[in-house]
Amino acid sequence: MTTFIWIAAAIILVGVYLSWTAGRLDRLHTRIDAARAALDAQLLRRASVAQEVGTSGVLDPAASIVLYQAAHEARQAEEDHREVAESELSQALRAIFAEEAQLEAVREAPGGEQTVAELTAAVRRVPMARRFHNDSVRAARAVRRHRLVRYLRLAGHAPFPLAFEMDDEPPAILDDRSAGN
Amino acid sequence: MRIGIVCPYAWDVPGGVQFHIRDLAEHLIRLGHEVSVLAPADDETPLPPYVVSAGRAVPVPYNGSVARLNFGFLSAARVRRWLQNGAFDVIHIHEPASPSLGLLSCWAAQGPIVATFHTSNPRSRAMIAAYPILQPALEKISARIAVSEYARRTLVEHLGGDAVVIPNGVDVDFFAGAEPKPEWQGRTIGFIGRIDEPRKGLPVLMKALPKILAEVPDARLLVAGRGDEEEAVAALPAGLRSRVEFLGMVTDEDKARLLRSVDLYVAPNTGGESFGIILVEAMSAGAPVLASDLDAFAQVLDQGEAGELFANENADALATAAVDLLDNPKRLTELRERGSKHVRRFDWATVGSDILAVYETVTAGAASVATDERVGQRARRWLARD
Repeated sequence: MTTFIWIAAAIILVGVYLSWTAGRLDRLHTRIDAARAALDAQLLRRASVAQEVGTSGVLDPAASIVLYQAAHEARQAEEDHREVAESELSQALRAIFAEEAQLEAVREAPGGEQTVAELTAAVRRVPMARRFHNDSVRAARAVRRHRLVRYLRLAGHAPFPLAFEMDDEPPAILDDRSAGN
Repeated sequence: MRIGIVCPYAWDVPGGVQFHIRDLAEHLIRLGHEVSVLAPADDETPLPPYVVSAGRAVPVPYNGSVARLNFGFLSAARVRRWLQNGAFDVIHIHEPASPSLGLLSCWAAQGPIVATFHTSNPRSRAMIAAYPILQPALEKISARIAVSEYARRTLVEHLGGDAVVIPNGVDVDFFAGAEPKPEWQGRTIGFIGRIDEPRKGLPVLMKALPKILAEVPDARLLVAGRGDEEEAVAALPAGLRSRVEFLGMVTDEDKARLLRSVDLYVAPNTGGESFGIILVEAMSAGAPVLASDLDAFAQVLDQGEAGELFANENADALATAAVDLLDNPKRLTELRERGSKHVRRFDWATVGSDILAVYETVTAGAASVATDERVGQRARRWLARD
């Protein structure tokens, strides 16, 4: 009789542990989804502002075309090409706003101050959102690598989480906080 | 936005983290957000209207010193009640890895959680042993903030993952607008910090003082902070003791006035600093800064661009650098100007908008904060069984 009780207790304990781990994984996947949605929103916001600047005509024609093209690619990219397209937008933004004069030109246009503020917020938030996303991916991967989780398929059908790798370095003049903004 | 902030240390004990949370909460309230701070406090301590008490902190030895921590059923219940009543859009936990309110709230909450890691302790044995307990709680955090690049590095080494760097904030204009006090002016060197805490570095400065006074005989050292004054000057030749003036504990206003008055602020700290808020305050007040070359200090001073650095714990290097600076008014003016410009990035206007950007990023794709019922049910079942 006592053996039976011990076995039952052991089974219950294992069951509780498994259900807890499955819940933990579920929460981690929810966190990844939320982080991914936030990252998508920030990337889209950045591409939109960049496209607005590109089509506004305040920059010189060459810069306008480069920026418009990069922003358009970033918005239209297929999932597997997304990281490259977004990195190219970062590079285009850095190249164009390497000169302070370009930023001044945008500022002087009507409504330009607000566009610059939006662009500044967008280029700063993309790296932030990406870090949070990749951190959630790392946390989920750490749990999913456990042998028990793999063998018992506790993660269910959720795809193995992938980090979002891209060049998200903002243009230096937009990232300068010493001006107090 | 409804924001809940968790303070791990007793509200009535002064400390860097507590001041940071107070200033952050007041800044967010000024911007029109609803803020509630959960902090350990005695029930009879008078609290500002936005602070909710989580019960008294218990002094226990932890990590080499006596820490005042909150744990146990009473605290856990108060955390849950606070979460339920608050219905926050986001909660911001400070020091989530310390075995106190931070960890309890991490355990009890679900939804958008932001966490700030202030300390950069070397990896402790307890942390390694507790890793399996910590990990499930820490993996709920949607966004991690480190107060310096140095703190971020240690965080990544110890817990993996990544964090964004947002420095501690300072009300720059409060310091910049303080009135200098004439009796604290004229070839004065300032030091603020606990006198009896060797890590704050006063002994290094005392060792360097005879050399400084030999070159600059009219210099005076002003020391503000708690501790035994007799003991502090014991190593100094008797004739030089009159050149050191102790001001004891000073109010925030006097601290700002002191920093506005001195010709040079010296921060000889020997270690254990993850940020260096005092350097930021000194620069805000326009004081030229001479600091030891700790990682955190070098970062705050822009690798020596905004203030001078000397080799840590080297009294001779400190003396030489101080004498060079005191004899070079042009360089002092240059440092004042550079410091004042550089310090704007630490102003609450900048830091606050960065923190809000983090809140907005994590709430963008998520529901609001709720208590984690799974934990509660399990704990209750567990209790019912015993």
